[in-house]
Amino acid sequence: MKKFSVIMVISAILQIAMIGYVFAGNNFRVSADPLAALELPIPENAVDKTYLGLTGTGTFRLPQVRAQVLLIEIFSMYCPICQAEAPVVNELFQLIEGNPDTRSKVKIIGIGAGNTPFEVDVFRKKYGIKFPMFADDNMLIRKAASEDIRTPTFVALKIEAGKIVSVLPAHVGKIKDANAFLKVLFPDNSPN
Amino acid sequence: MLYSRVAAKFFLMFAMALMFCLATAQLGAETQDPRIYNPGVLKPTGSGTKLKIGDPAPDFSLGDLTGSKISLEQFRGKKNVVLSFVPAAWTPVCSQQWPGYNIAKDLFEKNDAVLIGLSVDNIPTLYAWTRQMGDLWFPVVSDFWPHGAVSRQYGVLRPEGVSERALFVIDKNGIIRYIDVHDINVMPRLEDLMKELDKLQK
Repeated sequence: MKKFSVIMVISAILQIAMIGYVFAGNNFRVSADPLAALELPIPENAVDKTYLGLTGTGTFRLPQVRAQVLLIEIFSMYCPICQAEAPVVNELFQLIEGNPDTRSKVKIIGIGAGNTPFEVDVFRKKYGIKFPMFADDNMLIRKAASEDIRTPTFVALKIEAGKIVSVLPAHVGKIKDANAFLKVLFPDNSPN
Repeated sequence: MLYSRVAAKFFLMFAMALMFCLATAQLGAETQDPRIYNPGVLKPTGSGTKLKIGDPAPDFSLGDLTGSKISLEQFRGKKNVVLSFVPAAWTPVCSQQWPGYNIAKDLFEKNDAVLIGLSVDNIPTLYAWTRQMGDLWFPVVSDFWPHGAVSRQYGVLRPEGVSERALFVIDKNGIIRYIDVHDINVMPRLEDLMKELDKLQK
């Protein structure tokens, strides 16, 4: 029993260390302030609007999303790795939505870096993506990043009282395994 | 002796904990192919096509990656044709342009159009390069030898021996209906091409 406890303690320490490993893309960093300033159009689609907890028309900012954690997939319709990864990200979305605890706290959006709304729509329809996706044809998201963005990149924001309180180190590249990614993101299956 | 037994136990526990972590997180990083060469920012265009909208499209016959010959003539009276010239394999924008078209097959089909990808690279290079794009639904042909002959015919061979990033839309009668000799550094917008294809249906 004692041996098992020691293993679990060491494991927990390594898990924490691995969050850094998994999310770190060398020195790549994403900053909270430029992300908070990014304006996106409020979706016309009622399902997307409800999912994000938004009302009205016009634009919104990321901290306005009704979530404790907002996971952003930065992708491109033209990126073959993002295409190959789309089913895994769909699975991640299903895992989050399938658990009442994560469903109420975590939301996912996609940002099509350098893509037009038309191109994002082609990607979304092709892979039957259920979470909201936004075009960023002027690459405004680049302002939040410390260096050029490679796709796909995953960024998780913690939101409290309409503010971004922290940005987890970005995960650059495929997540490959949705279950494993979720466990690393939320070791106790809860975003808190 | 006691110390070594404790150290062995600790090492065993550490190894087990590490294995537990690895088992719960089979993760890694894979993004754009690291083999892609970055040529930097190039002169936007370096040739000057004399072809105009309304001209008959020059016919050609080039080998594709399966060893078949693809000609423009074979589509005459049957399909609209989009020619997508890309400058070079293993370069940034080119390596994404065709994968983008690869997920837009239904949009081409809706407009009764086929797509032909052309590059001045040789077949083995094109084969290796396109394998990492997934299975392409459209033929990719090599304009390698005589070097860039078809690109030259279309007026899109640049002085440095690569073609422009150019799109030609050719209708079922073999007439050029759209020419976009694009900035080589920039991805042409998919909707611009689709709008031109839509026009052919009206």
